[in-house]
This record gives sequence, C-alpha cells and structure tokens, in this order.
Amino acid sequence: MQTDNETLLLKGNEAIAHAAIRYGFDGFFGYPITPQSEILETLSLLRPWETTGMVVLQSESEVASINMIYAGGSSGKCVLTSSSSIGISLMQEVIPYMAICEIPGLIVSVQRGGPGLGTIQPSQSDYYQAVYGGGNGDYHVLVLAPSSVQESCDMVGLAKELMMKWRTPVMILSDGSIGQMMEKCVLPPYTPRRTDEEIRRECPWATNGLGLKGRKPNVSTSLELDQNLMEQRNHALQAKYMRIKQEEVRAEHYMTEDAELVIVAFGSAARVAMGTVDEMREHGHRIGLLRPITLWPFPDQDILTLASRVKQMVVVELNEGQMLRDVEWAARFRCPISFIGHCGGVTITPDEITHKVGALLSQG
Amino acid sequence: MESINIKSPQNIVYAKPRLMNDTNMHYCPGCGHSVVHKLVAEILDEMGVEEKTIGICPVGCAVFAYRYVDIDWIEAAHGRAPACASALKRLWPDHLIFTYQGDGDLACIGTAETIQTLNRGDSITIIFINNAIYGMTGGQMAPTTLMGMKTSTCPYGRQADLHGFPLKISDIAATLEGTCYVTRQAVNTVGNIRRARKAIRQAFENSMQGRGSSLVEIVSTCSAGWKMTPDQSNQWLADNMLPYYPLGDLKNTVDNK
Repeated sequence: MQTDNETLLLKGNEAIAHAAIRYGFDGFFGYPITPQSEILETLSLLRPWETTGMVVLQSESEVASINMIYAGGSSGKCVLTSSSSIGISLMQEVIPYMAICEIPGLIVSVQRGGPGLGTIQPSQSDYYQAVYGGGNGDYHVLVLAPSSVQESCDMVGLAKELMMKWRTPVMILSDGSIGQMMEKCVLPPYTPRRTDEEIRRECPWATNGLGLKGRKPNVSTSLELDQNLMEQRNHALQAKYMRIKQEEVRAEHYMTEDAELVIVAFGSAARVAMGTVDEMREHGHRIGLLRPITLWPFPDQDILTLASRVKQMVVVELNEGQMLRDVEWAARFRCPISFIGHCGGVTITPDEITHKVGALLSQG
Repeated sequence: MESINIKSPQNIVYAKPRLMNDTNMHYCPGCGHSVVHKLVAEILDEMGVEEKTIGICPVGCAVFAYRYVDIDWIEAAHGRAPACASALKRLWPDHLIFTYQGDGDLACIGTAETIQTLNRGDSITIIFINNAIYGMTGGQMAPTTLMGMKTSTCPYGRQADLHGFPLKISDIAATLEGTCYVTRQAVNTVGNIRRARKAIRQAFENSMQGRGSSLVEIVSTCSAGWKMTPDQSNQWLADNMLPYYPLGDLKNTVDNK
C-alpha cells in the first residue's frame, strides 16, 4: 500500500471516497441518490475491505444508513455515510440520538435543489437542515463547507479529528457542483485503521463488549424517564457546544483587509464569488470575500468585526437567503447587507455577481 | 442437623444468572419479557461471551433491557435495531450481536430493517417478542394483533376491512436466503421455556459461527394490555395465539447432530 501522497484528477465525490479510505475510516454505509452516488460507487470500485479492512455497505435506506453510523460510532469505530437533501431528511431521525449519546460519525451531504424531490442540480438550500437540524431537541451538528475538490478531501480528515475529539456527529455540507466537478486533488498518505485494542483503549466509553477487564457495561441511550436527569444531560451537551464554539470556528478571509464591500458566501457560491472579487479588484474596486468554513459554529466574530469596518456586505447563496439570517444576526446592523441568490438548482455565474455587486457599489 | 450447609456451592442447582443485576424490573406480573431476559443472561453467561457481546434494545417495553443485563447495549430508535446490528457485525465480525425487539418495533415500523438485515444474511440474532399488542404505549393494535382481538385502537375487535391482517413475519423471514434459523417459541409453560432457551442458544451459536441470520420469535403474553390475570393470559395465549402462530422451527439449515 502506498504511503505517499498521490495526485489525481477527481470529482469532489470521488475525492471523499478516496479520503475516507486513506484517513483510516472503519466503515461506510450509504444509499444511492443523485448527485452523490459516486461516493458509494468509488468505494465499491476501490474495494478497501481487501486493503485497509474498511467495511462498505449499501444500506436499504438512509434511515438504515444513519442507524448504522449511530451503532458503529457507538462501538468506537470511525464511520461515515453520505447522501443528498431528501436522504439527509430521512437521517434527521437519528442525528439527535447521536448528538445526545455523544456518538462520533461523519455525514456527507451533497445538496441538490428542493423542496421535496426538487432537482438534481446543485443547491445550498439545506443550510437550515444542516445548521439548525430537522431532528428533535436542543442539539447541533458540527458543519464543514468545502468549496473545492481538494477541500472535500481534506475535510474528511478534519471531520474525523473533530468527531472523535468532541464525540459528536460532523457534517460535510457539499453540493452538486463541488461533488460533480473535477479538479486536481492531492490525496493524503494512508493512515492505518486503529486496531480493536487501540479502539478499546482510546474509547473507554464505547459499546463494543466488556473487553477491558473490570469495565462496567457501557450503554448508549437517549432515554430518561426523569425530566431533571434529561435536563442535566442537556446542560452537559450545551456546555460542550460552548467549548466547540470557542475552539472550532473556521473562516477564510480573501482580500478583506482593505475591503469596502465584503461578500459573505460558503461552499460553491464562495468559489464563484472569488472570481468576482478577482475581477473587480482588477478594476480597482476594494472588495473582499469572507468564506465561513464552519457553518456551525458560525464565524460570528469575524462577521461583526468586518461589519463594523466595511461600508456594506453582500451575502451570496444558492438558496433564498438562509445563511443571510446568521450574517444579519452576527453583524448587529453595523452595515447594510444585501442578498444575491438563486434557488431550486439554478447556479450563479461570476458575471451575474459582478454585475449586481457593481450596481450596489455605484448606489453606495 | 446443620441447615447452614445447604447453601454450600455443590448444593446450588439454580441461581440468578451472573449477568443479571439486582435492579427491580419494570415489567408487569406475568409478562414474558422478564423470563426471556433471564434466558438471554443465562445463555450469555454459559457461552462466556459477554466480553464480545453487544445487545441492541428496541423501543417498546424492552426499551430498558439494558438496565437488567450487564453487557454493552445500544438503545436504537423505533424499529431500527436490525440496521444497527448489521453495522456492528460487519465492524466487529467476531462479536455476538443480537437485537431484542417487540412486534410493533420489528414487524411494523422496522419491517424494512428487519427483512433487509435478515436477507443480507448478517450473522446476528433477532429475538422477537410477539405479544400481539403495543405494551409500552398502553395497549394499541399491533401488526400481530389477532383478528377480532380488542385493543385501544381497535376497541370493537380487529377487522380485516379496517385494519388488515395479522402479520406472520417469521414465515416471511423463513423464505429469505439470508436466514439460517427461524423458529417460533413461547414461554407460557416450563416446557416451552426450556425449548425457548435451547432455541436462543442455537441462534447465538449460529451468530458466533457466522452461519447467517437467526430469528427467534417468542409468542408472549401482555396481561396488562390484554386486561387479564397472568394465569388467564397464559391460557389465552395457548387457546388463541398458538393456533395462529404455531410453535416450532420454520427453518433450520444447521445440522445439530
């Protein structure tokens, strides 16, 4: 097995499959749905069960997939699933179980246009679904938003680190553009999977049999009949979320230092907006881009600092303005905020953003 | 005559299983769950596999099985225990993975997970308690509720035109390529308890040997839901449940001899 990096031309979805094997994941459980099926297809083609020993299983539904992740993660294994919009809706059943039982697991969401069956074209209309959740109770999922094929690959490694560190479900919120487009991708060297003994040592909380001498039984359960106990468990969870908010916020600042206008965009929209920034800079406009990399926790402080300094902000999203609400809240009305977007699977071009931002600049 | 010697180890012929703790059970008098819990604990103890056993609890009356048997447990969402079991068996192939589910959990909301897991042939065991009623939620109609049987959601008795027919899911399971052992047992008499014990042991052996999926249905009572005394329940089970859900092996591809 190769121990070095390898550079390949890959789709974002394929990069995630390669990365899962190379970062030493123990299992993938998923169900086909456009536009993310290449993840399961690539894993099936690569047959990692013959090399790293990674399990790959096509489940009977997204409901089953998420339960497989819940159980696998509960036993201390590094596991992931992937799906798209409506499939992620089905997974909402068990994501809260993972959150309150503190079960690590990676969910890759490759968004398509909605609501309902919608389209199979790229969209970012599942921001609310990812950040605010469709499941029950007070919980969060740590959400990472890649804007390139390389970042899709790298985020699998980051997600593994974060989900094991915080014992929480982590979501990579990709979309049909990032998942389907091909780019050069430097794959990481192979990290060996942990042995069962290593898992037992590193995860003394895991439900994988009483292998350690004298250990008390471990139970993953979200059920409490006593509401006061349940409140205590909620408080402990919220305390963890506060620490995650303090330690794990990530955002990219692109030419924001001297900017008068800052575009705020994530994922594929940010990638397009970057083209606008480059083009308008060439024409002497002082414009920059803030790209939230973690959507939860959200870079509130970055937004507030910029909003206090710039003349205006423009939020660009492939939805009807979902992240816009978070930007408005974080900016505390320190500057005017406009919105540019499309929805239902319609994408946006740098020209359109340039045209609309140009108009805003001339008004301002 | 010294009575104290009676308690010496060589005289003990029966005791609480080592893996059963002292927590008071929440089950109603006459409920089959407590008997089956004891059988599971006894067999795990006998096989010496608790170090590599993971149990999966359902939603329903057995939701708290993890309180009584001292092994690692995962509490699954309603109906999803078999999906959890599939993943665990593939990730921990030398482990004993079993689910413990009721009729609503297994044969209604979890039908897809049950059939698909059994059909994949994952070497896991499903213990299926069929008492023809939803116990935990207070006596509603189950997929296995008999025709004419009264529950709080079919108060005039189950009728085909309103409610469809009772589901013999174990018969379906027996037709699947992935199952190696499908059996229907009961715990209403001492003889049946002994046979059920043997069946669960067989299923667990199958799971450890990697022979395929095993399903042990246990026709059981719900005296609270049926609104009968424990004794009446056992009699009602024999008179009404067993004719529709006859006991015995529905499939056994394993040569026991």
